[in-house]
This record gives sequence, C-alpha cells and structure tokens, in this order.
Amino acid sequence: MIEIRKLTKRYRDKTAVDDLSFVVPPGQVTGFLGPNGAGKSTTMRMIVGLDAPTAGTALVNGKRYAEHSAPLQELGALLEAKAVHPGRTAFNHLMGLAYTHGIPRRRVDEVIDLAGLQAVAGKRVGAFSLGMGQRLGIAAALLGDPAVVMLDEPVNGLDPEGVRWVRELLRGLAAEGRTVMLSSHLMSEMAQTADRLVIVGRGRLLADTTVDALVEQSAGNAVRVASRETARLRSLLMGPGVAVTSTGAERLVVSGLDTRQIGQLAAAHQVPLYELATESVSLEDAFMRLTHDAVEYHSSDAGRAA
Amino acid sequence: MTTSTSTTTSPSRTAGRPAYRIAGRRVIRSEWAKFWSLRSSWITLGVAVAFLVGIGAIAAAVYSPDGPLSGESAQSGAALTLALAGTNLAALAIGALGVLMSAGEYSTGMVRSTFAAVPARLPVLWAKSLVFGPVAFVLSTVGALLSFLIGSGILHGEKIALSLGDAGVFRCLVGAGLYLGLVGVFGVAVGVLVRSSAGGIAILAGVVLVLPGLTGLLPSSLGDTVSRYLPSNAGQSVMTLHASGDSLVSPGVAVLTLVVWTVVLLVAAAYRLRSRDV
Repeated sequence: MIEIRKLTKRYRDKTAVDDLSFVVPPGQVTGFLGPNGAGKSTTMRMIVGLDAPTAGTALVNGKRYAEHSAPLQELGALLEAKAVHPGRTAFNHLMGLAYTHGIPRRRVDEVIDLAGLQAVAGKRVGAFSLGMGQRLGIAAALLGDPAVVMLDEPVNGLDPEGVRWVRELLRGLAAEGRTVMLSSHLMSEMAQTADRLVIVGRGRLLADTTVDALVEQSAGNAVRVASRETARLRSLLMGPGVAVTSTGAERLVVSGLDTRQIGQLAAAHQVPLYELATESVSLEDAFMRLTHDAVEYHSSDAGRAA
Repeated sequence: MTTSTSTTTSPSRTAGRPAYRIAGRRVIRSEWAKFWSLRSSWITLGVAVAFLVGIGAIAAAVYSPDGPLSGESAQSGAALTLALAGTNLAALAIGALGVLMSAGEYSTGMVRSTFAAVPARLPVLWAKSLVFGPVAFVLSTVGALLSFLIGSGILHGEKIALSLGDAGVFRCLVGAGLYLGLVGVFGVAVGVLVRSSAGGIAILAGVVLVLPGLTGLLPSSLGDTVSRYLPSNAGQSVMTLHASGDSLVSPGVAVLTLVVWTVVLLVAAAYRLRSRDV
C-alpha cells in the first residue's frame, strides 16, 4: 500500500508535484498516468526517498520508505532504465544490492531466472540493450520479494514478447496480493494492464478512477448513424434533448438517443440504415481529453516549464 | 560472511517471508563486493602499487653519491626518500580511485540503486571509507615495503643504505601507507561533495600537487604555517625519517593533521548526502 498525502515538490521556479494525494491499494495494478513532465517520476523518487518532499508525505506500508528496517522487502522500484554501473556484471550488480539486506545468493539467481537474464548474467551491463537493461531493473526491483512493486515506464525498450512478460508478471504479482504501481505516458499500455488509474498533469491529480469507469464515462452517448436519407432521418430524430450533427453526406452523429431508440424510429418510418453504432471513445481519447488542459498550459508556458 | 539463513524459499507469501534487514556490516560487505567487481579498481590499484615500487626502484637505481641527495643534510634519510619517490603519483591514483568509488555512482546512475537499497545514505559513505581506506592502506604499505627492500638491494654498500631494522624506517614506510590510505578516503569524500568524477579528480590533484606550491604566495610566516598542515606536507612529515626545516611537523602532529582533514571532509560529505536530493 502506498499513501500519498498532500505531496508537493517545488524547485526554485517550478512546481513539479502540486498537493498530490492518492492511495495505491494492494491486490490491484494501479496505473500512474500522465503526459511527459507531469511529475510522475518525481513522485516516485519521493516515495523511495531519493528526493525530499517540499511538503506532504509519501508512506509505504504505513511508514516512510527510509524508516523500514528492510526497505527492499517493502518496496521494489524500477526508477530509471539504467541505475546501474556499466562496468559491473548483471549478477554482481544484483549481488551488491542483495548484500545490504542479507538477501541470499539463491534469491539473486531466482530473480535472474525470473527476468530471463540467465544467458547474460555474467556480462557487463554496459553492453546491454535497452530491453535487457529494463529486465535487469525489474529483477532488481523484485530482489527483496517486496510487498509493493513500483515501476517507472517498465515497458520502455522492450520487444513485444517482453511487454507481454511484464504485463503478465505485474498481473501475477497483484493476484498474489501485492501492491503494484506502474507509470506510463501511454494509455493504450495501461488499458491492458491496469485496474485502477491515477492520472496526473502538471503535478496535479486529474483523475483517480478505474479503467472501467473511465471507459464508461468517456464513451458518452453519441450514436453514429449512416443512411441515404439523412435529411428525413434528421427530422424524425429531432426532439427535446436530442442533438444531431452531420459528419458526411450519409452520416450523422446523434446524441440524446440510444441505438435502440434510433433503430426503432428508423424502422417505423422505413428509413434504411447502413450503420448504427455507439460512438466509442478510446481510452486514449479520454486520456487526451483529461490531460488536454494540462498539456496545453504546459506548452504555451514553455518558458517556465522544464 | 554468512548471510542470515532463511528457511522460506517458496514464493507463497502467506507462509511468512524471510527476515531481511539492513545492517552496517552488510552495507560494508556490499561496498566490498561492489569495489572488487569493477575492473577499474584492480587496474588503478595496480597502477598505484606500480608507481610506488617502480619509481622507488628506478630512483634507487639511478642514485649516485655525487647526485643531489649526496649532501650531508639529506644523508640520514636518503634511502627512504628514494624508496618513497613514487608516493605523490601513487596518491593521485589512489585519490582518483576514491573519487571514482563515490562520484562514479552519480555519473552512472548507480547511486539511485544504492540509495534505494540503503535510504539512510550515511552508512554507504562510512562503508565506502571503511572498505577503501584499509585496502589502500594495506596495499600502499606493502608497496612501500617492496620499494624499500628493492632499493636496499640496489643501494647495498652505499653510504646512505638503510635497513628495515633501523630506527624509524618501518614507521616511515607504514606512514606512507597511512597517508595513501587517508588520501583514498579524501577521494571518497570529495567525490560525494562534487558528484563528478572529473571534477573530483581535478580537486584532489590540486590539493595533492598544486596547493603546496601556492602557499608561497602568502606572506612567508603565514605561508609556512599553512603549508605545514596541508595534507601533502603532513603526509611528507609522516614518512620522513628526521623532520628538519620549517616545512615539516613531528610525525605525531602530522598523523593528527591528516586525521582532522579526513574527519572534516567526511563530515562535509555526510552533511551534503543528508541534505541534498540524489
């Protein structure tokens, strides 16, 4: 469980995280989503104590991360792709971290197997591809068998097989009752992995919701209709609370009526329909809409933004 | 070192998890493993010992009784001066390795992994110092001994020849090791302070090689006083058989001076570690 309360990080002339509060519960995958520069990485760095908050607190399993006697067992984090010395082998990198907590060599071998790094464990990390580096970072995050797993952009640089591996790994960890939080700036990735979504823009909380609720909420009630007799159909459909817009010679978008009502009306008046469908707004669109203001403000104010 | 034996191996978390825990000796074990798992550590230590032994041996080999060290005043410790001729260069190598040990973590990004594992941060600084200081001390002392023994063989029969058993000789050789060990710890602290390998090495080289020359710019009475307590001159005092002239202090005072320098730098590094974001 991660609890963020009124977390704020201010640099000299810039507020990276602004009074942010949310909770990441166990047993679920929580997506931490926002455009680039929204404060996701800064928030995660504050959770593990690399950055000190200007105000507010970030608690991991009830305490500040640094107050735990075995922090790696409470929370495992993948922060940047390569938080690794390039001259060290993957095995030695993991072993160096393991020694600090008295984690046995057997566990190091386990996470190497888990991340599919057996073949390159003895190679120096400097020669790793981006994808291999990500796998090593994930192996390091899992080293302490942590109750909370927090990954910043974990699928960056992974091939499709790797992306699928991460997705299944995270779902598995959540199913074991662990807290899983991953950040991304891509909604499409989240839709397939996350249960819950915490969406931020310019350091502020924009939405704390579930994937299902966001889909439902953003699908709206627009219906796409295609027919040759658009003019007649339009006059049939018009009524209080109904809006009809034309999007092409044979196309209308109707709001205020659902597909069933429109279909029945058209059938009753013998207007042939070629298409009748609820306009589905993709999660990507919903995300864009949510973050639009934050992004727009960001770029129009580029002088002050980082 | 044995790691705590944990009986639970199964990933099923309900069965109770192994009791991991950060401990000071474990952080030292970690820094020890991290140090020796980098090729640069082996190479730079090798270079430092090669400087000590090689330059010492060459100095002894080219010694001639008519050369600059033949004067009456230098007589008593000349064999030691020759044996330790490589100390300044060895100090550069060891100081640079100390800087790399800490600043190298910042330049590679490793520091984020390190401080995520040990969020209290300070144990990492102590562990790095406790690993590298003794390693540099032991290797430098061995290097100085080797250099002296090789030199003794070469200088055998010369008027200036000394043996290991002569009064003060062993103290000087161990003193050279101590100086280099502490220079290594300086390096670690400077690396934490500046967080840049290149910058840290430049500062260290300046303190060891350039600073002593600059004190000449101060009014002479002040300049002499300051000069005596600079790390490099204090180091010189520790490894000189008979302190003579104004530029040196007694070995005891010199050791104390070096220890004070080390403590001051470590405290500054600790303060910066605690007060700044990684």
